[in-house]
Amino acid sequence: MADDSQGSVYDGLLDHHTVTDDSQWAFGTDFEDPLAGVDTTVPDGVDHAALAAYCLMLGDDALIYSHRLSEWCSHAPDLEEDIALANIALDLLGQARLLLARAAAADPSCVPALPGRSPVPPEDALAFFRSDRDFRNVRLVEVDNGDFAVTIVRLLLFSTWRLALLQRLVSSRDHVLAAIASKGVKEVTYHRDYAGRWFLTLAKGTDESRSRLLAGLDLVWRMHDEPFVAHPIESAVADSGVGVDPSTVADEVSVVLEQVFSVSGVDRPDLPQVGPVAGGMGRHGRHTESLSHLLAEMQSVARAHPEGRW
Amino acid sequence: MPETLEKARTIAASVTDPEMPMLTLEDLGVLRSVSLDEDGTTIVTITPTYSGCPAMATMRDDLVHRLENHGLRAVVRVSLSPAWSSDWITPRGRQALVEHGISAPSPTRQTDGPVAISLLPTRRELSCPRCESADIELTSEFGPTACKAIYRCASCLEPFEHVKEI
Repeated sequence: MADDSQGSVYDGLLDHHTVTDDSQWAFGTDFEDPLAGVDTTVPDGVDHAALAAYCLMLGDDALIYSHRLSEWCSHAPDLEEDIALANIALDLLGQARLLLARAAAADPSCVPALPGRSPVPPEDALAFFRSDRDFRNVRLVEVDNGDFAVTIVRLLLFSTWRLALLQRLVSSRDHVLAAIASKGVKEVTYHRDYAGRWFLTLAKGTDESRSRLLAGLDLVWRMHDEPFVAHPIESAVADSGVGVDPSTVADEVSVVLEQVFSVSGVDRPDLPQVGPVAGGMGRHGRHTESLSHLLAEMQSVARAHPEGRW
Repeated sequence: MPETLEKARTIAASVTDPEMPMLTLEDLGVLRSVSLDEDGTTIVTITPTYSGCPAMATMRDDLVHRLENHGLRAVVRVSLSPAWSSDWITPRGRQALVEHGISAPSPTRQTDGPVAISLLPTRRELSCPRCESADIELTSEFGPTACKAIYRCASCLEPFEHVKEI
């Protein structure tokens, strides 16, 4: 038996006279508005619902891709890549949290209703209590990871596209979106450099790494065009000066990709694209089966315990 | 009132970062302002280093607890703009990092127009925080926290962390 006359490090943990809240139990998991104190007034002349829908699109891209990347955790080729992919996933999760919170603040009616006693904040309600058809991410981010080469090709395409969007969003008339974007630019710059360097390394590495990279490029490229097709919401928010029409970044993205392809000795693919389903793509809520599997895993715990207690 | 504000500022400025406790939130540049509202509540404004920084909630809790322990009611607010820059780490903070074996960030480079992609390892003029050798190599741009890269010193052979420039 341990001599506890000296007291224990656990003393006081359960003493409700001295402990005023429960934050010692779980690091960083408590529910707090990530926009606490931020002025979330929607700019004049901007449709609240359109701004919210747009923030959901950008937020869902980050959320779903973050979840996919986090699946590499403990499975990457080595410890450094494991940590790198987890870090990128964490940055994107942070962007997603802010964007979903911004969507909820702009138009509270977009947030799914939960039982009255639920402590789940709006951004979590959006992440965990929407069904696949309510997600607005492009399909590029939802499909399975594949091997490391497939992962690197997708990360290069995604981060090049997203960095171009975020750089333009820095001058959004919505100050919240502009602030989220200017933070994101710094982060996604590191993500794109990481992807570009690995693309080059795999292309110029061994016969095996090069063949895997080229196979990955052929696979991922079939989803290349979709992110540049403007949904009516994206056109509307671009017109009101708060958003970006993604078709306007296509040339810039091509130039960056061409830089990577040319030093890697890889030709830009020209491949048929995954087409619309029932007249719509990811931005319309039309998704691949992969998203349903991803959501089933991501949402199961929150949905089993909507009041946050068990 | 001025004494209360001064007291609140001093307490808030002494709260340390949960991941790098050798730095105060002020040294890290995360503490943006401390003020009092009309009914005497302390309003502390902090900014995240990275969007997904999981330490934000702990920083907020630590600030509220420390101020309340000194009899001050406190509310913590978030500021997103301007975005945090590693340039905001104070000289005292940089000194503390190096004393604890962590390499401090170099000045950031401001560029206009599209950000150029960099396909070669980032070149930084660094020295090993343990032996001061300049013979160092980058292991990874991503490290144990969102804000750090990992390096290795080719002279003393020890790995070390470097706070990235953003």
